[in-house]
Amino acid sequence: MPLELLKYGLRREHRSFRDIPPTPDLRRSYDVVIIGGGGHGLAAAYYLSNYHGIHNVAVLDKGYLAGGNTARNTTTVRSNYLTPPSIAFYKEGVQLFEDLSQELGFNIMFSQRGQLTLAHSDGAMRSFRLRAEMGKHMGTRIEVVDAKTVREICPHVNLDEGGAHEVLGGLWHEDGGTARHDAVAWGYAKRAAEKGVEIHQRTEVTGMAVRGARVTEVHTNRGTIIAGQVLQAAGGLNGRIGEMAGIPLPIRCFPLQAMVTQPLKPFLDILLSSSNLHTYLVQSSRGEVVIGGGTDPYQLASTRSSLPQKEALATGALQLIPCLHNVKIMRQWAGITDITPDFSPIMGATPLDNYWLDAGWGTWGFKATAVAGKRMAETIATGCVPEILRPFTLERFERFELLNEMGATAAGH
Amino acid sequence: MKVMTCPVNGPRNIAEFQWLGPVRDDEAPEGRALVEHLFFAPNPMGVLREWWQHTPSNTVFIAERHLNTDEILRTYLKGAGTTKASCAE
Repeated sequence: MPLELLKYGLRREHRSFRDIPPTPDLRRSYDVVIIGGGGHGLAAAYYLSNYHGIHNVAVLDKGYLAGGNTARNTTTVRSNYLTPPSIAFYKEGVQLFEDLSQELGFNIMFSQRGQLTLAHSDGAMRSFRLRAEMGKHMGTRIEVVDAKTVREICPHVNLDEGGAHEVLGGLWHEDGGTARHDAVAWGYAKRAAEKGVEIHQRTEVTGMAVRGARVTEVHTNRGTIIAGQVLQAAGGLNGRIGEMAGIPLPIRCFPLQAMVTQPLKPFLDILLSSSNLHTYLVQSSRGEVVIGGGTDPYQLASTRSSLPQKEALATGALQLIPCLHNVKIMRQWAGITDITPDFSPIMGATPLDNYWLDAGWGTWGFKATAVAGKRMAETIATGCVPEILRPFTLERFERFELLNEMGATAAGH
Repeated sequence: MKVMTCPVNGPRNIAEFQWLGPVRDDEAPEGRALVEHLFFAPNPMGVLREWWQHTPSNTVFIAERHLNTDEILRTYLKGAGTTKASCAE
């Protein structure tokens, strides 16, 4: 790879190239139809075509490539969860990110800088100790640190000694990092398209034909296609797509708002978050400080923004890093999160034989892009849900075997 | 400022209200219906009937709100019918 780059740089003429081919005409049938052209769908298409020899794949997206939650998330990659199935799953996800630029030949700008979550209450410290012990047991790099160490790791943090939000300690997760979200999606899309995967942008799924226990046809605004197998990875629209296939999902939509400041010189070299203040900050490689938090306080399926939520984010950010007080906000946006009752995703089989789910990602779909894509591709290719995905089955709700990860969100909901 | 109309206190800043979730059956179901009651909450691309609370006065009431537009169509006390109309924004 470095040699290729050098050769390319020394070449006299540089011809322009397209990373993603233009949207082709829809064919009559595909072996696999993937509903949703975000990170997860594209990753699944990549692993299907590059590792399982399944090339006759169509990825359908209602809008433009990776323009939904893949474009709207705040790019945190981490594995500091609470339950063993989640930690095992996200640990594999982090490991895949570590090698992803090399794997794709596409710079995804992965920066494994560590994530520090602050505690301002005894309750938060207690939950951190539990998460740290679970993480160590599962082989991830995670530990509880005191306030003095917090200052050493991040000198800019306001410890607020004696104040209302005094920092008592933190959860230091060295495996945590961040990557360029668009590059992840584009890298997967480019390498999948090279192997024959068709990416259909502006192709909205309008319905499905189900015969017996199989989806036979997928109807779109550009025509009807016959599908061998279907993978649903539709982000905020998962509930609605599930209904089209006759599969009710335990999902509710909440907006998640975020914003970025004007670019500053590099000063924040970790991911910083506070579970009590519902705020997290990360400085991007462009110098902008990305500020995110918890979801909106009530159910909604709109990407509108609201002033109270932006004020809450700003309040939290200023409490943590007061020197941001004169910094301007440049952009703000919202995405629609699809939240499950236990804050864990739904992956794997459905009542239909050829229909697979990759849904309910709520507030942490980005970090799972690689591992969900890889494991869902394995599921589709073999027809068998791998061990690591089984706890995330849709049936867990009927069996009351929930995977409660509500406390392990970056911002605490 | 987004405004919600409390059936008792009139139009107030939405920051004074707390969302308590969709209105559902009072009766405790069993079996499959219990699973649906607990985990499969309504998530329509349309109007949702939901509980809200005006926190300063502890008034709990029902609102009908459109989940795509965030438009609050009606608010009323339980059992009071829909006579007390209110407007959003």
